[in-house]
Amino acid sequence: MARKLPAKDVVVIGLGWTGSILSYHLAKAGLDVVAIERGPWRDTATDFPPAYAQDELRYAVRLDLFLRPAQETLTFRNKADQTALPIRNFAGFLPGNGVGGAGIHWNGQTWRFLPTDFRLRSHLTERYGASMLPEDMTIQDWPVSYDELEPYYDRFEKLCGTSGKAGNLKGVKQEGGNPFEGWRSAEYPTPPLKQGLGAMLFADAARKLGHSPFPQPASNLSEPYTNPLGIRMGQCSYCGFCERFGCGNYSKSSPQTCVLPALLRLQNFTAQTESEVLRINLDSTGKRATGVTYVDTSGTEWEQPADIVLLCAFALFNVQLMLISGIGKPYDPVSGQGVVGRNYAYQTTSSVSIILKDKVLNPFIATGAHGMIIDDYNGDNFDHTNLGFVGGGYMGASQTNGRPIQTRPVPKGTPKWGAAWKKATAETYQHGYSLSTHGSSYSYRDCWLDLDPTYKDRMGRPLMRMTFDFHENELKMSAFLTERLADIAKAMNPTEIEPHPRKGPYDSTIYQTTHNTGGTVMGDDPKTSVLNRYCQSWDVHNLFIPGGASVFPQNHGYNPTNTVGALAFWTADAITQRYLKHPGPLV
Amino acid sequence: MARLLALIVFLTACHTCAHAQGATQNFSLIERGRYLTTLGDCAGCHTVPGGEPFAGGVALQTPFGTLVAPNITPDTDTGIGNWSDDEFVSALQEGRGRNGTRLYPAMPYTAYTKMSRDDILAIRAYLATVAPVHHKVDANQLPFPFNIRLAMLFWNWVNFTPGRFVADAHQSAEWNRGAYLVQGPGHCGTCHTPKTVLGGDKTDAPLAGATLQGWFAPNITADLHKGIGKWSKDDLIEYLKTGANRATLASGPMAEAVTHSTSQMDDADVAAIATYLLDTGNGPDNKPAPIAADNPTMTAGAAIYKDACAPCHQDNGRGAAKLFPRLAGSALVQSDDPATLGRIVLEGSRAVATDSAPTAPAMPAFDWRLSDDQVAAVLTYIRNSWGNAASAVTGATIAKQRTSLARSR
Repeated sequence: MARKLPAKDVVVIGLGWTGSILSYHLAKAGLDVVAIERGPWRDTATDFPPAYAQDELRYAVRLDLFLRPAQETLTFRNKADQTALPIRNFAGFLPGNGVGGAGIHWNGQTWRFLPTDFRLRSHLTERYGASMLPEDMTIQDWPVSYDELEPYYDRFEKLCGTSGKAGNLKGVKQEGGNPFEGWRSAEYPTPPLKQGLGAMLFADAARKLGHSPFPQPASNLSEPYTNPLGIRMGQCSYCGFCERFGCGNYSKSSPQTCVLPALLRLQNFTAQTESEVLRINLDSTGKRATGVTYVDTSGTEWEQPADIVLLCAFALFNVQLMLISGIGKPYDPVSGQGVVGRNYAYQTTSSVSIILKDKVLNPFIATGAHGMIIDDYNGDNFDHTNLGFVGGGYMGASQTNGRPIQTRPVPKGTPKWGAAWKKATAETYQHGYSLSTHGSSYSYRDCWLDLDPTYKDRMGRPLMRMTFDFHENELKMSAFLTERLADIAKAMNPTEIEPHPRKGPYDSTIYQTTHNTGGTVMGDDPKTSVLNRYCQSWDVHNLFIPGGASVFPQNHGYNPTNTVGALAFWTADAITQRYLKHPGPLV
Repeated sequence: MARLLALIVFLTACHTCAHAQGATQNFSLIERGRYLTTLGDCAGCHTVPGGEPFAGGVALQTPFGTLVAPNITPDTDTGIGNWSDDEFVSALQEGRGRNGTRLYPAMPYTAYTKMSRDDILAIRAYLATVAPVHHKVDANQLPFPFNIRLAMLFWNWVNFTPGRFVADAHQSAEWNRGAYLVQGPGHCGTCHTPKTVLGGDKTDAPLAGATLQGWFAPNITADLHKGIGKWSKDDLIEYLKTGANRATLASGPMAEAVTHSTSQMDDADVAAIATYLLDTGNGPDNKPAPIAADNPTMTAGAAIYKDACAPCHQDNGRGAAKLFPRLAGSALVQSDDPATLGRIVLEGSRAVATDSAPTAPAMPAFDWRLSDDQVAAVLTYIRNSWGNAASAVTGATIAKQRTSLARSR
């Protein structure tokens, strides 16, 4: 029996990017806010001190900052006719844990989706006709437009201090930026990072082939910056310890670096860490959330009543909590009915490795969002007629690090171990480079999340089951993108080149990306979405999922964090400017 | 039951502090007193972090032993509820408490003696309004012979000149206000003025920097090399108001002073302090010659600096404003006593957070990673690079500091 705590105005489940942004704005608006976080407290200064934070074995190999499967995991299968098995070691993707969530261990790649991405089905149908889309592809338009979201992208970028070069300022193209991007109301808060030799060689080759390379937008700051909350950030030292690491240099944006110092000064905010929310509680009508029940490390269960519940966990666990709490109709792939768990999507990545024997690349001088990129083959930036697929991705020289354990490029045919391998790795380290593509993953009828019928977690709750595989459309897209990238790579005159297009089936034991999207999709129609355009539950009006990637109807050819952050600000405005005045369905 | 007891205590307190009853109606006096307790940072010693306000209990490590700040709530039994106004004034102006008990100068009566009776009674009026807390504090934990309070008779004779602040007619009103705040309620000299062997102020070198509780409280005169003479008035105002400026951030004991006192001061008072301090002790830039860059300790220090320090403090020692302190040109870096430098490198330090500068960045500890000689080399390097010049730091100094820090943990 859970012990009941005094009621709060707002309970926030998970203190990552969306949880901290919402907590700040709602506490600033005068509400009494408590955030409940499954993992430990994490602080920039004391948890990621630069004196030891660059420990590859601890953080990148042993995955110190990530969720332990013994605490929570999920089961996985590629196809509906297979039996899903529990993931006992996270590998294909790495869910974060603790205060800051995925906002700690990300690389800092800070992309906006394209304007056409937000009306994907309408746009593709208008341009190519409905027959261009595979029958089982369940992509849909977003319920918000790029124009509506633009000010919120801007706010998140200013919160982070993102470094980059605009390619489109209020409709006017800008030299040196991304010519394909949607209009921006302002230049990036900080100028672009300095680029390494590998990136510059790529940019030269891309330019020669008629492309328009530009520096990748990076929340690894090129210079010191003060964000709108008055918090100071430092200049990136190009140490190359971003993804899987926390940044104690105050130069990679994270909730603890960009929000928490200001949030913690608000007396009406409290955080409850090392406490896992078991379920969202509903009143007898099932139309109103009454709060949450959570369990602390001693095993004691607590009921936290609240007027507003914000589900701010990692995308996958948002879906799980909705299913466990019985909110919204679970998706059934056979009938196509139901919404919770529907439209799970991922990311389709690939790479081209090259060796440039006569160049010394110093790959260790890097940051998580380093690199020169071209966007010619993203979304619908290129004509898909007769290509046999839709979608695309950005590509370029974005090698994020040269860390010594895991960065070991060797020529083809090198043995996997032994003296010959050692010799090759020593000879190649300074000359090997990896180019990559970052492609879309559209949603399909047979890719979804539901509760596993067999396996349970430590609290006796069903594990979530993921059913996912790459579809022909994505594999064709990846092959096309990888060929285009290889064309540019060849123009760099490499001694050796090896393209690695994405191949099926999806293998959850090989790291690709942690960009899991969908499952609690936002939309205009309750039959095909869990949330309305304000990220508010169609069924329970005082429950919001303010912009976790679970609200994406499909995944586009960019990293999700900027859109996650923009939607967090968008939802914060909807709650403070609309919902608080008239609590009830906003649509 | 606990509530009933509290009520009885409360009633008793009110009954016996009849002399203060007139004052409890005097809002302006109480408000002035509240502000004066902020100027005097009374809470810094008399309130345990997170504890009941003014109920005492902060232990002060002095060179002579431990003193604990007493309970100054109006509790009649364990606080100052039974004190007369004269006794309270005498404590602050003369260092003599109830019934003539001699206080130890950890209570900065040597500074508070500059305060007027009116200001002190305003503080008294405010303190009479805070919740009485029954909390007995054993203030005098000094070893023999320092625990003999009568010894203070001799100490005061040597070190203490009682007397109110006298304005300098040749200076502006702002300068005089600053002087009053610095010398009186602000008691800056308690930490920043060098001490004699007896722990008294060296009157010939006010605010020239002093070592206490394992920190070197830097020279805050306008000395161009060892002091803050290169700071503008705005730099100093910003530092006191927010805890951070273009050059540095407050940490260690000054972080507490910023949190409880200087950041809460009126803008005019902070400006007055800045005006006064930047007009004190300014002399010629008597800078020594730096140690040569090719000295082996310097080259070793340079390599350690590049590896461990440069990511934040930059190769040029300029750091980043309000985030990573600037080492180039820093008076603290070049101070004679490297206690604060050694301490910050060994055990790290966290900057203060204020509403206008909430970041509170921190220096990580390097004690587990750098040997005594390595710490000494890197400190010698930063003390003699980018135009800095100061004596070398020895491994033996760091070894001693490492031991004493370990003991105080």
